[in-house]
Parts: sequence; C-alpha cells; structure tokens
Amino acid sequence: MLRTIKIVKHQGRQYIKNLQQVTLPLLNNGLPVISSNPCPAACKACVELCPSEAISKDPLTVNLGQCVFCGECVSCKEGIIRFTNNFRIATNNSSCLAVSSTTDHIFFDPELVRKEIIKVFGRSLKLRLVSDGSCNGCELELNATDNVNFDISRYGIEFVASPRHADGIVVTGPLVENSAKALELTWEAIPDPKILIAVGTCAISGGVFKNSKALNRGFFEKHTPDLYLPGCPPHPLTIIDGLLKLTGRITAE
Amino acid sequence: MQQIPVLDYTGFYEEVGRLLHNEHCHCVNYYALPEQQGLRLICCIANDQAHSVGVASSIISLTDKPVIKSLSQVHTSMHIFEREIHERYGVGFEGHPWLKPVRFPFDRVDDVSKMADYPFYGISSHELHEVGVGPIHAGIIEPGHFRFICHGEKVLHLEIHLGYQHRGVEKLMLEKENFLSASVLAESIAGDTVVGHNSACCQVLEALGGIPVTHNMQIARTVAAELERIAMHTADLSALCTDVAFQLGSAVLQGLRTIIINTFMAWCGNRFARKLIRVGYEPYPVNKDIVAVILQNLDNYEKRYCEVVDKMFDMPSVLARFEQTGVVSEAQTRLIGAVGMAARTAGIPRDIRQSHPYSFYKNLNHKPVLLHSGDVKARAKIRDLEIRQSLKYIREMLAHCNISGESNNPVPAYKLQPSGFAISLTEGWRGEICHCAVTDNTGKLAHYKIKEASLHNWMALALAVRNNEISDFPVCNKSFNLSYCGYDL
Repeated sequence: MLRTIKIVKHQGRQYIKNLQQVTLPLLNNGLPVISSNPCPAACKACVELCPSEAISKDPLTVNLGQCVFCGECVSCKEGIIRFTNNFRIATNNSSCLAVSSTTDHIFFDPELVRKEIIKVFGRSLKLRLVSDGSCNGCELELNATDNVNFDISRYGIEFVASPRHADGIVVTGPLVENSAKALELTWEAIPDPKILIAVGTCAISGGVFKNSKALNRGFFEKHTPDLYLPGCPPHPLTIIDGLLKLTGRITAE
Repeated sequence: MQQIPVLDYTGFYEEVGRLLHNEHCHCVNYYALPEQQGLRLICCIANDQAHSVGVASSIISLTDKPVIKSLSQVHTSMHIFEREIHERYGVGFEGHPWLKPVRFPFDRVDDVSKMADYPFYGISSHELHEVGVGPIHAGIIEPGHFRFICHGEKVLHLEIHLGYQHRGVEKLMLEKENFLSASVLAESIAGDTVVGHNSACCQVLEALGGIPVTHNMQIARTVAAELERIAMHTADLSALCTDVAFQLGSAVLQGLRTIIINTFMAWCGNRFARKLIRVGYEPYPVNKDIVAVILQNLDNYEKRYCEVVDKMFDMPSVLARFEQTGVVSEAQTRLIGAVGMAARTAGIPRDIRQSHPYSFYKNLNHKPVLLHSGDVKARAKIRDLEIRQSLKYIREMLAHCNISGESNNPVPAYKLQPSGFAISLTEGWRGEICHCAVTDNTGKLAHYKIKEASLHNWMALALAVRNNEISDFPVCNKSFNLSYCGYDL
C-alpha cells in the first residue's frame, strides 16, 4: 500500500490543465508560413524536392492535405518556406488546407458546421476508428489523446468499440481496396446523424501512398468529411483542437 | 548481382535445406523477382554464429504454371515465404502444408479471388463453435480478422487473416526515385517502427550508393533505435497492465512513454522520430542541448519506471494472469522461425544487434536478454529488461558522441550502383527487419523487398492461444503486439 502511495505521489499531476496554452518546440511541425518575397521564376527546387507533391508554384502553395511535415523545403536558399509551431491546423473546408503567402492561420468555418452536430454532439461525442491502410502512426496519436496527459474524455469525447455506439467515424490511412467493404459497412452501421473525420495526410489525400494501385478512395468520393486533421501523424493537440472546434466547444480565431 | 550464385532448383533446394539444418542459421528473406529468363528465387540465410549472411538464387521458368518442391516440408519456417511467392506469381509448391493467401496484394496472380470471399478453415462439429473478430477491432488499432474455433471457452485453433492494410509499399518504393522520397516512404511502412524501417531502408540505399555514414550519424541512429524500443516497450507494458486491470501501472506507464516520445519531439520535431534519419546526412545533428534533454528525460523516466514496474512484477493479481498464459515452446518457436522478442522469450538468442551488428551496435558488445518460459510473463519481463538495457546503452553512446552539433555531410546526389544487390538487417523493437534492393543495369531500383518481424511472429500468436481460454486472447495479443501494416505492406 505504501509503495502504491509513493508511486502515485511521484507520478504527480500528469494531465495538461490548459491545452490551449501549450507551446510545442519550433521544429518544422506546425503551420508553414510562406514569405511574400518573390522566389526566382524559373526555380522549382522545392516543388521537385517535396516527397509528397504538396508544393505547387504560381503562386507558391503548400497543401497541408498532402504535406508530411518532413521539413526539407526549408533548406531553400531564399528562405521562402518556414514552419511554425502552430498546431491549430484543423479545418472543415479542404480548400483551406492550401497555405500561400497570404495565409497566417488555417481557417475553420463555423458556418459550415451542420446545425445538428453542435446540438446533438456538443457535449458528448462517441467516435469509432476505422484504420484503412494506416501505418499505426495516427492510431498511436489518437490513443494518446485519451492518455493521462491529454485526457480528451474530459470533454465528453470518447472512442467506442462498436459503430452502433458511435456518433461518427474517424478514418486513418490512405483507403485501400482490401478494406473498402469494411469501411463502407462500418459507416452504414452508424445511426444518423453522424459525422465523418479524416485524420492524417494519408486519409486526406493518400499522402505518400497517393499513386499506389492498391488504394481505393471511392469512399471519400461518396462522403465528404466534416473535419480534416492534417499531419503525419497529427499531434494530439491538433486532434483535440479540431474536435473542440467542430463541436462548438471553442470558437475558431 | 552477378556474384550471387545461380543454382538449378534441385541444387538450390538442397543447399538451402542443408544450411537451415544448422541451428544458428535462419532465413531472413526468401523471395522471387521476375527476370527475362523467368522467375529468380533469392534466398538470404543468416548465420548468427559466423555473423554472416549467405545469398543463393535459382531461376525457374514461369511458363505453364511451374510446380517446385516445397522447402516447408522439411523446414516449416519457410512456409510464409513460399505462400508469398505462390500468391504473387502462382508458383506451385509441392508438399506445402497450406498455401493460404498472405495479404491479397493488388498485383497477385489470381485477381479473381476477393479478400471478402476468403474461405476460413473450419471444423464441422456440433460441439464446437466459431468466433469471428474483425477486420475492424474494438479499440484504436489496425484491422485484421481473427477466426477462433472453440470448445466451450477453450480455443482449439486460431486462424489469423491479414491484408486489410495492404498499400503496395514495395511497388511504390520503385517509383520513389530519390533518397528523400524513399526514406519518407520507409517511415510509413510501420509508423510504430519508424527508426527500425527507415534505418534499414537508408542502409540499403547507402550501400548501393556508396555513401559513407559518419561516426556521429551511427550514434544518432542507434540512440534513436533504442529510444524507440523504450517508447514502444513502455506502451506495451502499459497495455498489458490495462488488460489485467492494473490501472495504476497502465496510467503511470502511459505518462512515462510520453516523456520518451517527447524526447524525439525536442530532438527533431516529431514524436515518432520521423525525419530524423536520412540517407547520408543528418537534418537534426546531435548537439549539447539535445544530449542534455535526452539525459535529463532518461533520469526522470528511470526513477518512476523502476518503481512502478517492480511493483507490477510483485503483484499476485498480475502474475496470476501472466504466468503460464499463451505459452509458445522453444520447439514451436524454432519450427515457425520466430524472431525478436518472440524468439528470445523461448530461449533462442536471435538478435541482429548481436549476430549482425550495424551502426553503433558494433561497439556496444550487446548481449541479448534471454528468457525461457515462452509465456505472457516472459514477453512482459523481456520488455522490462530490454528497457533497462537500452537506458544503459543510450547513456554509454552519448558519452562517445562528438557533440559539436554540426553536420558536415552534404545531401548526397541520387546515384545507385548498376546491377547491384544490397541487403540490410536491423533489430526493430519487435524483432528483425530485413530490406533487400536490386538495381537494373542503368542503376534504377528494379526490385525492393521488405520483411518485418511480424511476418514470422503472427504464427506464434496463433499457437500461443491454443488451449487457452478465449478471454486470454487480448493479453496474449498485447504481449506480442505485432504489426498489421508491416505484414500487409
């Protein structure tokens, strides 16, 4: 018993009291910022360097739906692209994921949120995960959202075991042919109204697997996600921030 | 590539069979690669005592459905490789016990069969029942189907059916025509083994490109590999605590894992060490600050870790669930060719860090932790002992590190040796990882083959649950914590 008390005492307070005030290290992991300085017209170094085809030119744009945050594009001599530690990169509008020189934050559009989402799920949201070709990176971070540090269940958000108990699904991975049927069945098994969340670069665009013949992204052609959580994998803070915005718990800036 | 001996299949069969009779030898990769004359079978056999890897090959004609003699008849551990070759190219293996599909790859020869229609193994009886679990599981975990055949609560047989995560990684690797893209893809082979797979990929490409790896880069990679081991072992111990309702252990270990992955965050900006390791250069070289962060975090981790884990292994309620649950014997382990922790908990000292040391392991004089009981307790205990060993290694390595924080290596140009063959082995936290690459006569990647420890070890889980209660399946499963995507590729 004494040993147990000692362990509890040494464990201390693990949960992060205010998740809004956390600062991450400045190491190419958050929102990119593109300088308004013009880059040489003929130079396409960053476009060619990008391993996930996230960068396009005229105007220079980094698409966070495709970016794997490898940070290699900061090596550009002109210093046009740099990354901040701003983890608030969730959005409900996929076109807002394109970051250009005029972007200083990722816009989350409260107008776009369906009325029933805030009314029905505003205080309690139960989600079901479908891993569809994912590498287990996003799963580890989704698990971490409910650990002793991030404790997402304080907001009434939980991951449940059955689609019948769930209010929506969280999809990770680039969507593969071998799981296409299982994903569709899970979606059908969830009662209406329901929400769909795409977690990670792979789910949003296919990511580094984009051109593989083993993929079948038909599901996202039929159904549009209510929330996009970019990252490879997204940090638990990004996930929590996005879910709180979607359910109207925090207002977007 | 020309140096790899080509034998006729009878000669190949006998040679491979002969080598595998040596108990220090096991097959690290056996696969087929299409060539002009037919299908070239390449078999790589590691000798743990001689610290060597032997490669032999044979060319078989692909015309009119070839059938060749199965090596699995004599060496069961070859079953999975032969199934893979059968599924992908349609080669028949005479005498193979069960040519069950491996992962339904998109480029399989039989494209009529569908994953959803797969006929599971069944036993007709009025007294037995079947339990199907998955493909989508009840937690935040990857998909796979488990089909149990039970007598009451007792599991008689478990069939594990995978492939739901198949993304075509090996094929995709050929399209990544620069070092950065290849390395980024390798990080996503299994997102829980980023360092293990990415190191293996970088080593293969560095070998083919003739790119030197500096002393400091070797230390950084080895430190990262050991940090990854600590992080995942801690997560697994936490999950095992959850399954046996030791809530305190589960919570404390969750928080401790955060310390380790946040160490990666402070080092390179990613909690899983993505972007830390690149072919031929270091984007995030180790400097004085990083060393201080790592050492401080390890001290903070160790004290609390020892306290809670010592308590865990003293608790009768935990031990009662762990001991003699999910036993895999040494004979079974040898038979199926299990690797990594699954082998080392059944008395087989299979560890690439010792048998084929790479990076800085050459200087560490690593001795694998060896346990013998083959049960859940051994698989929990080995994690504990390996964590303590890793803590020691990291401190030792950081003392050897030149912490100037500068990286002199430029980003290397993409150029690979023409008609080359390279093999690399690493010891991920689950067990051995093997990557093999072949280039064509213009120096373009022509074939890439990945083997992850789970390819062998899923069979160990299937054997572990036999004659156990079905309610012990979760704890058995967690004790292995195998990779779905690393298997499905």
